[in-house]
Amino acid sequence: MKRELTFLCPNGHLGFAPTKEKSFYIGVETKPDYILCDSGSDDIGPGPLGSDICASMKSTQIHDLELMFVEARKLGVPMIIGSAGDTGSNSKVDMYVDIIKDLAKKYNVSKFKLGYFYSEVDKQYLFTKMNAGEKIEGLDGRSDLTREELEETDRIVAVAGVHPFIKLLEMGADVIIGGRSSDCAVFAAPAIQQGFSEDLSYYLGKVLECASFCAEPYGGKESILGTISENDVKVKAMLPEQRCTIASVAGHAMYERSNPFYEYVAGGLLDMTHCKYEQYDEKTTRITGPKFVPINGRVKVKLEGAGKVGERFIGIAAIRDPYSIKNVDKMIEWAKSQVRELFGDTGYELHYIVYGKNGVMGDMEPVKEIKSHELCVVVQGVAPTKQMAQEVTMTGTRQLFYSRLPEVKGTAGSVAYVLDEVIQASAAYKWTLDHTVEVDDPMELFPVNMIEVGK
Amino acid sequence: MRTKTLNELAKTIRSKNAGTDKITFDIIFREQENYEIVKKSGVLNKKLICQIYGLEEKDICDFVEFDPAYAIKFTIYRKKPSGSAGETDIFGCQQYPPLLDIEIPV
Repeated sequence: MKRELTFLCPNGHLGFAPTKEKSFYIGVETKPDYILCDSGSDDIGPGPLGSDICASMKSTQIHDLELMFVEARKLGVPMIIGSAGDTGSNSKVDMYVDIIKDLAKKYNVSKFKLGYFYSEVDKQYLFTKMNAGEKIEGLDGRSDLTREELEETDRIVAVAGVHPFIKLLEMGADVIIGGRSSDCAVFAAPAIQQGFSEDLSYYLGKVLECASFCAEPYGGKESILGTISENDVKVKAMLPEQRCTIASVAGHAMYERSNPFYEYVAGGLLDMTHCKYEQYDEKTTRITGPKFVPINGRVKVKLEGAGKVGERFIGIAAIRDPYSIKNVDKMIEWAKSQVRELFGDTGYELHYIVYGKNGVMGDMEPVKEIKSHELCVVVQGVAPTKQMAQEVTMTGTRQLFYSRLPEVKGTAGSVAYVLDEVIQASAAYKWTLDHTVEVDDPMELFPVNMIEVGK
Repeated sequence: MRTKTLNELAKTIRSKNAGTDKITFDIIFREQENYEIVKKSGVLNKKLICQIYGLEEKDICDFVEFDPAYAIKFTIYRKKPSGSAGETDIFGCQQYPPLLDIEIPV
């Protein structure tokens, strides 16, 4: 076992915005033992998972994979990617595998082992479990999964822990493309596989997963180098202008997490309550004291699922009349009543977002009295068919024009339009699953594959 | 009593998704002094957050003081999961501004 291992992380969400090359190449010069990062997020809303598309641009995904692949093969070190193509669905794993094959051809790379695993979960698998009386437990305040919610779901991914990554590393993989996975597992897996403690390995993953978000001054998509030893984790900013400070590293533990002390992964809980942070040198912070608490018995694996709600159109209307601005709620009520007359009370969704009033915060907006001299109303209609969604949205937008406020001076039309039409938007989806499933062996959800690529 | 706003005292005040069903708020201070002033004032608490955002205490799932980062952090449940139709802030990143004006006695 090596006394230390180093991990170069170039990007916190590969493909979402391009990896910055300068700090990446500085990182490559340190000859890291692994080049690896995560490529997924549930930040992007339920649409990409539900409709099985990427939120990232393909040209950026190829750019980022190419940088990592070329340098990893030159150095002869493993390259590991988690949550391929934003969602980690099966088709996105296949897409990344194909990109790697194309790059191998392009650079005429000699033979290497390409491992990959899938994360999608078949609905029937969960129905069978539920029929057998097993609970699919809700997270984040959700109740246990119902049959109805499962039926409404189009696609489900399970969030892998370290298990399939370790399996593929043991099988000798040089490049790994993962389905949906915990960000931190991408990094923890190789460290654990090489014999480092779970305590430090999971922390290493936690601190590296967002790349330069753990450095200051703020600047995304810059490379970060993590080092694990028997006693500590060190994290160093690669960009000359950035540093990893106690404040930036500790601050990052909070980022996008409800609690800075705990991180749940398949197989246990990382407890950061007793982490100690020290400034090791100008650009490097040293961390000791994290604790991993493995789960006893069956492993709980997180599930993410998305289901289609309907087709969606958007209408835009603007208001300048001061009396109308004060009474915008009445205008909206009028338009809604006209939609109800045509389409009834149910079977569609109609949403009004009023910019200039509470368009950003909705009911959470504390400013109740508005001083805006103009408002923008965005109308969103969702219905089972395109035609109905278009008509609901059109009626809901056009009837703002005819709204009958008794004291308005202007009687020729109550709103201004950028376009006298409604615009088709992406179909509306919702997050149907944020749950966990219990399994005896986490590998049962993550089938692994290995192929040989190269000349 | 002299007061300063959180905007004047904190280095970072932000909100962001924490998964699909929650939004988390971070108030981070550059130096220990300002952090301690805010922490000890007790002004920033669950009750005030409920008042500002029109929430009930059960809507707040975490409220922690995080000494290593000189930070106060709280997390709330979303009314609807991120990205649902009619939902207004897919990343949850523009929900913090009402915190800027909170007055802290100094």
